[in-house]
Amino acid sequence: MGRLILDRILWAIPTLIAITIATFVIIQLPPGDFATAYIAELIHNGETVDDAEAARIRTEFGLDRPYPIQFFDWIGGIVLRGDFGISFDWQLPVSDLIWERLGLTLLISTLSLLLTWAIAIPIGVYSATRQYSIFDHVFTVLGFLGRGIPDFLLALILMWLGLVYFNFHVGGLHSPEFRDAPWSFAKFLDLLKHLWVPVFVLATGGAAGLLRIMRANMLEELGKPYVETAYAQGLPERRVVWGYPVRVALNPFISTVGWALPALISGDVITAVVLNLPTTGPLLLRALQNQDMYLAGGFILILSVFTIIGTLLSDILLVLTDPRIRHA
Amino acid sequence: MKVHDAATPQNAESEAAAAGTPVATPFQMMRWRFRRHRLAVVSLWVVIALYVVALFADFIAPYDPFEHDRRSPFTPPQAIHFFHEGSLTGPFVYGLDRERDPETARLTFTPDRDKVIPIRFFVKGHEYRFLGLIPADRHLYGVGGQRSKVYILGTDKLGRDLFSRLVYGARVTLSVGLVGVFFSFVIGVTLGSLAGLIGGMVDNAVQRLAEFVRSVPTIPLWLGLAAALPVQWDPVFVYLLITVILALIGWTSLARVVRGHFLTIRNQDFVLAARFSGATRGRVIRRHMLPSMTSYVIAAITLAIPEMILGETALSFLGLGLRPPVISWGVLLQDAQNLRSIALAPWLLAPGAAIVVTILAFNFLGDGLRDAADPYQG
Repeated sequence: MGRLILDRILWAIPTLIAITIATFVIIQLPPGDFATAYIAELIHNGETVDDAEAARIRTEFGLDRPYPIQFFDWIGGIVLRGDFGISFDWQLPVSDLIWERLGLTLLISTLSLLLTWAIAIPIGVYSATRQYSIFDHVFTVLGFLGRGIPDFLLALILMWLGLVYFNFHVGGLHSPEFRDAPWSFAKFLDLLKHLWVPVFVLATGGAAGLLRIMRANMLEELGKPYVETAYAQGLPERRVVWGYPVRVALNPFISTVGWALPALISGDVITAVVLNLPTTGPLLLRALQNQDMYLAGGFILILSVFTIIGTLLSDILLVLTDPRIRHA
Repeated sequence: MKVHDAATPQNAESEAAAAGTPVATPFQMMRWRFRRHRLAVVSLWVVIALYVVALFADFIAPYDPFEHDRRSPFTPPQAIHFFHEGSLTGPFVYGLDRERDPETARLTFTPDRDKVIPIRFFVKGHEYRFLGLIPADRHLYGVGGQRSKVYILGTDKLGRDLFSRLVYGARVTLSVGLVGVFFSFVIGVTLGSLAGLIGGMVDNAVQRLAEFVRSVPTIPLWLGLAAALPVQWDPVFVYLLITVILALIGWTSLARVVRGHFLTIRNQDFVLAARFSGATRGRVIRRHMLPSMTSYVIAAITLAIPEMILGETALSFLGLGLRPPVISWGVLLQDAQNLRSIALAPWLLAPGAAIVVTILAFNFLGDGLRDAADPYQG
């Protein structure tokens, strides 16, 4: 078992290296660089920029050096000093910008993940134990709807409904009157009032998928002899269901927990743009549009690292919880 | 999931045929099985209908999708009536009275109960080439020679008919799904079969590659790649590249299905029999292994199409995918991006409904196909 975990950890290292290279390539892909955009903006503002000036700007940003040197400089700073470089656009350290927003992203993602499970597990169990009942059908329909509606569309619809029927501005995280106010209980309540929308939007898609998996797994498990045996021993239904088949059926939840977080962060990008949330998504989008490469690269890198760590965690969890994998 | 020995039913088949009993081929059994899945059957028709609409977009759309009308921005959808003052008059709409709100300077439209504008079918309209070949000017519906127009889904800010734009947008959005899936099919099946067939190092490498692609958060990766496409490029080229980007990320699930299936059947009797009879490797793959997994691949492809469509819509919606003047459902939804326009013109969300219907239909169809893919099971 220790070997299996060690194996997994060792595999994560080359993946990480590959990801840093891929990230660097991606942020270098767009033709031109930030200096091109910056010079264009200077010219647009009526300043004259001759070739010498352009070269000076490029040197100042360090963009005149060969790519491998830029790469090692970038990655070296991150690994050795935790320095992600300076955002060209904001003229601020990338790490400050990212950490400031990552907290909120993680809060929203974690809450959505919890909500996803809180929806998917009980309903999946109910649907399986009461197969073809009215509520099973209702939940099936809702589940398919949840899977079919893209996140950003759901956010748009909620915004529209909130505005038209409840006269409630769904976007953002604070009402205008609280935006610059110091933290207080009232502001916290106001935050909660806004927070449920992105959490709900992000949770529905995942919950709909997991709900089907949970139901299918439970149905398969419920038909097995050990469940029959448990019933025959006279155990009450609640104990039979929650004590044995549910534990087996939970396997896919554990094996996907690693993907769930990055998927939520991915989903957060679009939802946050629609809902105008101060999370990482809109910042990443803007960084990509402006070729603010260190900022964009830092984001992609951190999100990817989260994914790898998540996958690693779920692999380890699987090994710990499932003897079949442990001894395979 | 248990995959049954494909050789057994065939033997049983020939025995049964010899005994004169009616025999069902595997394909027939799949069809029976598929037909039991009602929702999937309905979805199949929905999908066919969607693609027919996309194919005949110029005939079905009443107006040129780029033709704007400054006199009617944000016209709400017009209700189609059949009864005028209690008597059946066939489908018609009421004419609209426009009025400018003195405070907001916005045009408001109210139906005029006296102006009956009948909807006619096969009317003359703007010229187009039917299927890109035959010059034509007939459209499915319209209001004939009158100056007024009919907007069954309303108009956008430039007074363009939303229904026409939706129908033309279907062409781009629905074909992105197909083209993207084609690319990921090529990558996925090639890598998946190599991995499943050769095993060992190759298998390991492909598995790692797939794991690597999956471990990169998709949306940021899409955004990064899409942002790399220069704005001034030819839209057709951008379109192709977008599908390639979607495929570069989407191939992993297909590869997994193919690899898994190859691993299961690699040592099954019918494959071994073919090999021991001296068939070459290529022949074993082409004649014996690939056909046995067609149904699985078709099901996986069907389930991959909605992912592609979602990807395109999301990218275009964020302004990083296709850009106007290209019309796709994601591009159309850009108009509904801010709260003001949704509050003002909720019908701009109509492309969203089209997306949901399409994705649901593909998902149901894919589920049905997947269940039918192995007719000997259960």
